Amino acid sequence: MPRTIAVMTALLIAASSAAVAADVPPQRQAELRYLLKHDCGSCHGMRLEGGLGPALTARRLAPYGVDFLALTIIQGRPGTPMPPWRPFISEPEAQWLATQLKQGIRP
Amino acid sequence: MRLMRYLLSALLLYSGQASAECLTRGTGDMGIVIERAAGSVQVVDRRAHRALFRIEGLGDLSHASAVYSPDERYAYIFGRDGGLTRLDILCGTITHRIVQGGNSIGGAISQDGNLIAVSNYEPGGVKVFAASDLRLVADIPATPVNSEKRSKTVGLVDAGEQRFVYSLYDTGETWILDMSDPANPVIQKHEKIGQLPYDALITRDGRYYIAGLFGQDGLALLDLWHPERGTRLILEDYGKGEQKLPVYKMPHLEGWAMAGNRAFLPGVGHHQVLVVERGEWNTLAKIPVYGQPVFVMARPDGRQIWVNFAFPDNDTIQVIDTETLKVVKTLKPGKGALHMEFAPRGEEVWISIRDKDEVQVYDTRKLQLTHTLPVAKPSGIFFTARAHTTGL
Repeated sequence: MPRTIAVMTALLIAASSAAVAADVPPQRQAELRYLLKHDCGSCHGMRLEGGLGPALTARRLAPYGVDFLALTIIQGRPGTPMPPWRPFISEPEAQWLATQLKQGIRP
Repeated sequence: MRLMRYLLSALLLYSGQASAECLTRGTGDMGIVIERAAGSVQVVDRRAHRALFRIEGLGDLSHASAVYSPDERYAYIFGRDGGLTRLDILCGTITHRIVQGGNSIGGAISQDGNLIAVSNYEPGGVKVFAASDLRLVADIPATPVNSEKRSKTVGLVDAGEQRFVYSLYDTGETWILDMSDPANPVIQKHEKIGQLPYDALITRDGRYYIAGLFGQDGLALLDLWHPERGTRLILEDYGKGEQKLPVYKMPHLEGWAMAGNRAFLPGVGHHQVLVVERGEWNTLAKIPVYGQPVFVMARPDGRQIWVNFAFPDNDTIQVIDTETLKVVKTLKPGKGALHMEFAPRGEEVWISIRDKDEVQVYDTRKLQLTHTLPVAKPSGIFFTARAHTTGL
């Protein structure tokens, strides 16, 4: 039973991120990629290989789920220099960005 | 004998031709502009407002910075990916290039110009190289954080008497590295300076080293005339009782402005420029500005302060009059106004406008745009006059 739930959750998440990607129009995707490179990049490195902030490569992010990463983008990480991006990035956009990062996007 | 003379003259002619590509001129009115996304650098003539060379192949130049040899001919570029590149700006060529670390954050040149120190995030520590050929002279690992990682090093500057000073981000320390005898580096460690120092500056006279702290209020000050007294916290009360805003770009302290006996610095998490009295280090005033300041830079004569801002306000530059402490001009140069560099005597300021792929030049007396230069995703601008300034 727990396994079924896990599978269903995974399916749901997969379905929701697929739906989410469709919700972010291509022009906004391009803006988010630009933001990722130049603004996230000022701490995480323009190639996302790390700086004062950690690397955002698929390998480094492997232990974390898309939801956790999206939440981190939206809320920031209190006690660290990671700020909340809520004023500039919506939740579906954060989901899309997190999915891209998990897939190893190179902006 | 005649053959000998012929050979000699042929040799001279050849060497003359070989260097024909190089410029024959002084370098005092030259500089470089980092093209951070392309991994290239433009060498510029700052009085003619034009590019002389573009040099490619410098790796990841996000957050890149540069220092100059004392003769202003060679520029040393510190890249994010650990690259250290020595450029000949008269010939527009790379003379030496090494990848000395995995992830780096700036460097400095020693007082005598013979040593280049680089600050590394990964592996955490500082490495020192010979300025002439970039051979490794000293490797100074930082304090371990755990079994795999050492503290990141930040805020590396040169100080007098062949010293380098830098801070350890994770462990909250400031180290003085004395390279008087390159074979025997001497380290003096100051522990518990405060939480998460993220950048630092040294005053132009080389006396005060000040580290900004991310993990707590205040800054850690070290008087290099009296290092035995250790660091002390200054401006501890700054921002108390006021809601701090999220910080989307960490301020830079390198450009910390001194004008007369007053220091001007960015208020972290606030839309303010702080005015601080040097010596006592008390807050004299808080100047409300357009956004969170990143660079707060004084025109060389100290009469004006130019400020740029963090995302999302990085399309704006403000100019503050240091007598009245009022904003006298708000400029809208375009999105991504990242870096400013003054002509050594202050008549002009060059500003990188990332999203417009250009560098804009302003007349600082009229506060007007006078020139633009096409530069791909420009970030840092570094004029050769830095060669003669401590901490730059």
